[in-house]
Amino acid sequence: MELFELTAHELSEKIQSKEISAREVTQSVLDRVESVEPRVMSYVTVTRDQALAQADVVDAKIAAGETVSPAAGIPLALKDNLCTIGVETTCSSKILRGFHPPYDATVVEKLKSAGSVFVGKANLDEFAMGSSTENSALFPTHNPWNLDYVPGGSSGGSTASVAAGEAVWSLGSDTGGSIRQPAAYCGVVGLKPTYGRVSRYGLIAFASSLDQIGPITKDVRDAALLLGAISGHDPMDSTSIVRDVPDYTKALTGDVKGLRIGVPKEYFAQGVEGVIADAVRAAVDKLVSLGAIAEEVSLPHSEYALPTYYILAPAEASSNLARYDGVRFGHRTARATSHIDLFEKTREEGFGPEVKQRIMLGTYALSAGYYDAFYLKAQQVRTLIKQDFDKVFEKYDVILSPTAPTVAFPIGQKTGDPLAMKLSDVLTIPANMAGIPAISLPCGFADGLPIGLQIMAPAFGEEVLLRAAHAYEQATDWHTRRASL
Amino acid sequence: MSNYETVIGMECHAELLTESKMFCACANEFGGAPNTRTCPVCLGLPGSLPVMNKLAVELVLRTALALNCQVSRDCLFARKNYFYPDIPKGYQISQYDDPIGHSGYLDITLEDGSSKRVHIRRVHLEEDTGKLIHAGGNESEVDYNRSGVPLMEIVTEFPPDLHSAEEARAYLEKLRTILVYLNVSDGKMEEGHLRAEPNLSIRPVGSDKFGVKTEIKNLNSFKSVFKGVQYEVERQSALLDEGGVIRQETLGWNDLRGETYHMRFKEEEQEYRYFPEPDLVPLHFEDADIEAARAALPELPDAKRERFVTQYGVRPYDAAVLTSSRPTADYYEAAATDGVDPKAIANYVTGELARLINASNQEISQIKITPAALRDLIVLRDSGKITNGVAKTVLEKMFETGQSAQEIVEAEGLAAVDDEGAIAAEVDKVIAANPDVVAKILAGNDKSMAFLTGQVMRATKGKARPDVVNRLLAERIK
Repeated sequence: MELFELTAHELSEKIQSKEISAREVTQSVLDRVESVEPRVMSYVTVTRDQALAQADVVDAKIAAGETVSPAAGIPLALKDNLCTIGVETTCSSKILRGFHPPYDATVVEKLKSAGSVFVGKANLDEFAMGSSTENSALFPTHNPWNLDYVPGGSSGGSTASVAAGEAVWSLGSDTGGSIRQPAAYCGVVGLKPTYGRVSRYGLIAFASSLDQIGPITKDVRDAALLLGAISGHDPMDSTSIVRDVPDYTKALTGDVKGLRIGVPKEYFAQGVEGVIADAVRAAVDKLVSLGAIAEEVSLPHSEYALPTYYILAPAEASSNLARYDGVRFGHRTARATSHIDLFEKTREEGFGPEVKQRIMLGTYALSAGYYDAFYLKAQQVRTLIKQDFDKVFEKYDVILSPTAPTVAFPIGQKTGDPLAMKLSDVLTIPANMAGIPAISLPCGFADGLPIGLQIMAPAFGEEVLLRAAHAYEQATDWHTRRASL
Repeated sequence: MSNYETVIGMECHAELLTESKMFCACANEFGGAPNTRTCPVCLGLPGSLPVMNKLAVELVLRTALALNCQVSRDCLFARKNYFYPDIPKGYQISQYDDPIGHSGYLDITLEDGSSKRVHIRRVHLEEDTGKLIHAGGNESEVDYNRSGVPLMEIVTEFPPDLHSAEEARAYLEKLRTILVYLNVSDGKMEEGHLRAEPNLSIRPVGSDKFGVKTEIKNLNSFKSVFKGVQYEVERQSALLDEGGVIRQETLGWNDLRGETYHMRFKEEEQEYRYFPEPDLVPLHFEDADIEAARAALPELPDAKRERFVTQYGVRPYDAAVLTSSRPTADYYEAAATDGVDPKAIANYVTGELARLINASNQEISQIKITPAALRDLIVLRDSGKITNGVAKTVLEKMFETGQSAQEIVEAEGLAAVDDEGAIAAEVDKVIAANPDVVAKILAGNDKSMAFLTGQVMRATKGKARPDVVNRLLAERIK
């Protein structure tokens, strides 16, 4: 096996025991980028020199006998909606072209001090709005398992980079499934933490009450490691929660005896392909064979999650994206004749069609006369969705479902059918609505494309979530398969 | 007599006396080179998030309680969405539903001595915007130093209680006094730290319908508030008298010309798309928080005024003057200690001393005369060691030099002359020099006696005790 194919925990062990150097690992990944990037197109920016310099710092520390964190020397891709000092941060939008943030996102700062090696900034659907990375205003990313297929989205660059060996692990952001759905499509592990577990400071906002940064990795142990490295209260983010960060790897006991699994019938309904439902049911059976108890449960309001999401997320986005006005940073029109004209033309030129559509949807939902019927009603439904989960979690430790109703689809297939595109997030959105943690991990293949198993847990139940995911993973070999490129 | 009734609502904004801005660590200061006090948060850079300044919340809570408001136990912040170059995020973080304080009131005293209760609709916390600087030509520049400075909004209740320029000014003066008392704002209107925006309409006396209102901005002093309202009342009255129509508009105030001018029409309700700010957690006040804040409130002007009347026996008018600012009240109380006539101190603080302070353009907190030194001066005078006239001269010297009254009296030989022989000699001289006046007195014209007293005082440079002079004059003439 090549170094770029290994997991972070495997590489970390080798680096710390001086079997290999961080530079060798980084070089292996950079070489891989060189060879496959023209086909996969995961990255908006590759920070090659910075990566090698960071690797050298780690090697010097190890040579000096210092103890380093498990993230030290491990090449990582950052979704390009995470602010990085001095490195262009685009959100894959023309409106942010040339924006070099004067500060690092808190997660970036944490990983920098942990000795992380930053390979580059990964492609996404513009402002994280989309499910295929085709909405990137720069270029689409390709699925490493089949280059004619989408990697999913919006963190498609982050998941494709890990699946293609262009990064050992990566960070994505998840507003309605943007980590989990592309993780499922690319056959990697993607974890959306509990809302408030990870600081959002420096994550360019899409929908503030739903956004959460999370790890994308090759296996569950790596997810536990990377989650531990980025979690914790941040005084710069009022919505981050004051709560100790456990050693998540301690949860990986392999023991699921007596674990109570709820299997929501609504998540296997119409629209979920048979092959996916079968793979997930087989995963449930596997956990039962390991000692877990599984029962069918109901989350009746989840069917309203998608329309609710398409009120609330655009409403917040319409306000979050108001700052892109050409005054202080990013794109500015050359054709303005007044300040209103400056705003209008800058935004008209800078935003892509999906972003514009969502801004309009959100503006409408917040307007006087519509607010009660849309925004307020959607907030009420959101509460009902959350209450469904609370009720199920009174009796069950975790909930299992498919991550997405289908496997990855061909590039271009759904770009003309926005509803079909949005339906690919129908099973992931409820966890964002409820603010609970959810993970996607590989549980099979259909026509050579990966299938994702989703596990959800109560708020701050990351440990039980990881324990269940890890036990399943150890009993199967899906996570060991690599896309051949 | 006008045929119209004036109806005035007041919206005031006060910048709060916090060290840092509302959502970031940048300094909350006035002035400075443009954009030197900014960071990713107050510039609204992508990815930045607000973190609430707890002191700002405390200051608004304090104000709400001082204005007799109900406090919302749970308050949300809301985004007020609109586009303008001086508002970096494209929205202002403000409050909409459930402001920190609501349903309060403020009692004001008018010039005729009557008082009036002005109801307060809401007291809330929001962030200030940056400043647009028109650079000439077709270009503007933006200074974000002020962006994110915590701003408190205080709005009067509808229907409004204020009906004249005098009432509007009295309300604002009282509000400013309270804000300064509470140490919530420095109240500096000329620097824009306290901004008043009256909106007003007129209607025929007896009408139960409100007229179309206009709003006046850029009023940066009490005087301009008074004049602006007065001007606008006259403008609207004249317009209606001519059969004209008032349009809902925002007016600016030109202080030099003493006129309002048109800024923009406001006939369509602005669409701000308020919604709860998802980047902040809701505020929650426990009863204990509110009671602790209430208990920590300083004595407010009205209570202090009443106490001064009962405790020191000063006249209500003087008590109002003394309590119009907290430093003046504190100064007075430090001087009016046992063993001195508190009314005499009050007369000096509101009279001679106030005159000197005004003439020198100082604040009472800056002057060289300590309260104890003023007290010593009054004690000296009341014990007869110096005359009343000399005391005023000594006060001026004290004000200039900071020396004690005793030092000045000794150095300049200003002690009252007690020696009856010396005074009698001067009395005799004056009688001899003014036979015609003496004749008038003998003819029954008592007023002329004062002339002779004055002559003796002049001859003794004010040091003779007036009672002794009068007695000696009377003895000799009658």
